[in-house]
Amino acid sequence: MSAEAAAGTLTYRDAVREAMCEAMRANERVFLMGEDVGRYGGGFGVSKGMLAEFGPERIRDTPLSESAFTGAGIGAALNGMRPIVEIMTVNFSLLALDQIMNNAATLRHMSGGQFEIPLVIRMCTGGGRQLAAQHSHSLEGWYAHIPGIKVLTPATIADARGMLAPALADPNPVLIFEHGSLYNMQGELPASPPAVDIERAAVMRAGDDVTLIAYGGMLGRTLEAAELLASHDVGAEVLDLRVLRPLDDAGFLRSVRRTHRAVVVDEGWRSGSLAAEVSARITEQAFYDLDAPVERVCGVEVPTPYAAHLEQAATPQAATIVAAALRTVGRDG
Amino acid sequence: MTATPPAFTPPSEPVPAHGVDLLRDMLRIRRFEETCAELYSATKIRGFLHLYIGEEAVATGTLRALGPDDAVVATYREHGHALLRGVRAEALMAEMFGRSGGCCGGRGGSMHVFDAATRFYGGNAIVAGGLPIAVGLALADRMLGRDRVTACFFGEGAMAEGEFHESLNLAALWKLPLLFLCENNHYAMGSALELTESETNLTLKAASYEVPAWSVDGMDVVAVEREAQRAVLSIRGGGGPVFLECLTYRFRAHSMYDPDLYRDRAEVAEWKEQHDPIDLLAARLRAQSMLDDATLERIDAEIAAELEAAVAFAEASELEPVEDLTRDVYAGGTA
Repeated sequence: MSAEAAAGTLTYRDAVREAMCEAMRANERVFLMGEDVGRYGGGFGVSKGMLAEFGPERIRDTPLSESAFTGAGIGAALNGMRPIVEIMTVNFSLLALDQIMNNAATLRHMSGGQFEIPLVIRMCTGGGRQLAAQHSHSLEGWYAHIPGIKVLTPATIADARGMLAPALADPNPVLIFEHGSLYNMQGELPASPPAVDIERAAVMRAGDDVTLIAYGGMLGRTLEAAELLASHDVGAEVLDLRVLRPLDDAGFLRSVRRTHRAVVVDEGWRSGSLAAEVSARITEQAFYDLDAPVERVCGVEVPTPYAAHLEQAATPQAATIVAAALRTVGRDG
Repeated sequence: MTATPPAFTPPSEPVPAHGVDLLRDMLRIRRFEETCAELYSATKIRGFLHLYIGEEAVATGTLRALGPDDAVVATYREHGHALLRGVRAEALMAEMFGRSGGCCGGRGGSMHVFDAATRFYGGNAIVAGGLPIAVGLALADRMLGRDRVTACFFGEGAMAEGEFHESLNLAALWKLPLLFLCENNHYAMGSALELTESETNLTLKAASYEVPAWSVDGMDVVAVEREAQRAVLSIRGGGGPVFLECLTYRFRAHSMYDPDLYRDRAEVAEWKEQHDPIDLLAARLRAQSMLDDATLERIDAEIAAELEAAVAFAEASELEPVEDLTRDVYAGGTA
């Protein structure tokens, strides 16, 4: 595997795979199931090579039956296993929404706490690859609306590598959204990667003038925007939400109370978005600390178009983030 | 559209030695449901309430074929299944009342009965939504090398849902120890079978997934038990899933909200008069000198006492404190 080819250097894809292999070696009750995860190696190549090591019982190819294999993950989790269900893309997960919403999120409460559902569902999300309006959306904000599940958005190699173990150890259903544009991202990790939490937001860059809040596929271009803002003499703090449900209010409020300004960046559509929720919480809890209205940079409300220039125009970019940040400090974007 | 009952032919098969137990099981369900109907009218029970009256032989016969370690996934018409699997009438009735002493602490109600101790996994009110879960329960048992069967109940209405087809395909593909139990009461809420299925021979649909599939008279508890035993034997022998269709009929409306305007009264009357599973079994038991008036009176008295205690328990059970509203949304605390 490429992870071993260059010691310490690996891709996001390798990091997810290493995390899965480690979990499967450590616990024989962990298994992976989904469309083309075995012989094909995963729709995005994440599970490549795993069939050879773990065999077809534990790297379980499924028919194109999102609802049935997601529900089977719930049933297996109820009955002692630690399943990882891979759904190829977030748009396909809508075929499994009944199981995720009506069963995974509700069974514990409906049963008066009699059951645990230690299920992990991984899926690819987001645009940027000219895959048009049935493979490109960012619906993790929708999922973050649902009590009973946890929602993670690893944006870094460290989180791609580290979030799976605590997600598998969690007795609740956990959804992990992997942004499709991140799979080829390269980075370095120590031979024994440090453990990460799945509770807190993280400051990715320090700054005093404005807090840029992002997650998942938007973190990279938000860091890019912070770099550009430095050339405008604006010190931007960049915060990676990491966990969309439950939101780490304290994490982003601490930063906003210090910088007094906030820009929320979200690839999802603006109306009823995760950005709307974060913005509302800032306004509710830190209104008197604010020196400017909270800005939001969101996806344009259109089904994702195929043409590259249109797709780009529909998605938050470093320039639009910079413009929003400049508005918060009273300068023309 | 109608569901004409089959021509009545008295079963010639002798009732087995435990015939009186079968009668008692069916009577427990019927009286429990009748009590629920009364309590609904008295506004003690609210929400949707779906009664199993008329269909008792299906749960009674099939559940006899299961062992204590086996799992059950049922529908929103599941009080009888829960009762016979061993959920205590007190806990069941308190659940109907929405009280803390209910088997789910009043969080589920009539449609969502769960009981971990008896491996009773609902109480599922999305039609066909329980089937994928049953696939997963059976998959885990297979992967962990346990000799267990999962029995999954669903109505014939579920067979128009995609989840039915996805689940049958998966279970067959993976040869899972799963018993698909179709409770065909001929109406998906108010829609007759001919209005909802292009192929009304439902066993053909299941058989198209290479799943052994057959039908049984669901009003004959002796036949249901026999066929369920046969199905479970095949599953335990490693034969993979089986589909068993139990042809039955619901004597009451779909739910307490249903004015029941889509069925001919004569049709309902004919089913009740000729095919009541309790009357049929009682007559056979008497003909075989296995039942007399004294025995029946004793059974009735025992059930009445059980239900009286259940209602008293439910009445006395506390409401859950509102401070606990968000408990059990997440394991390990709220988020």
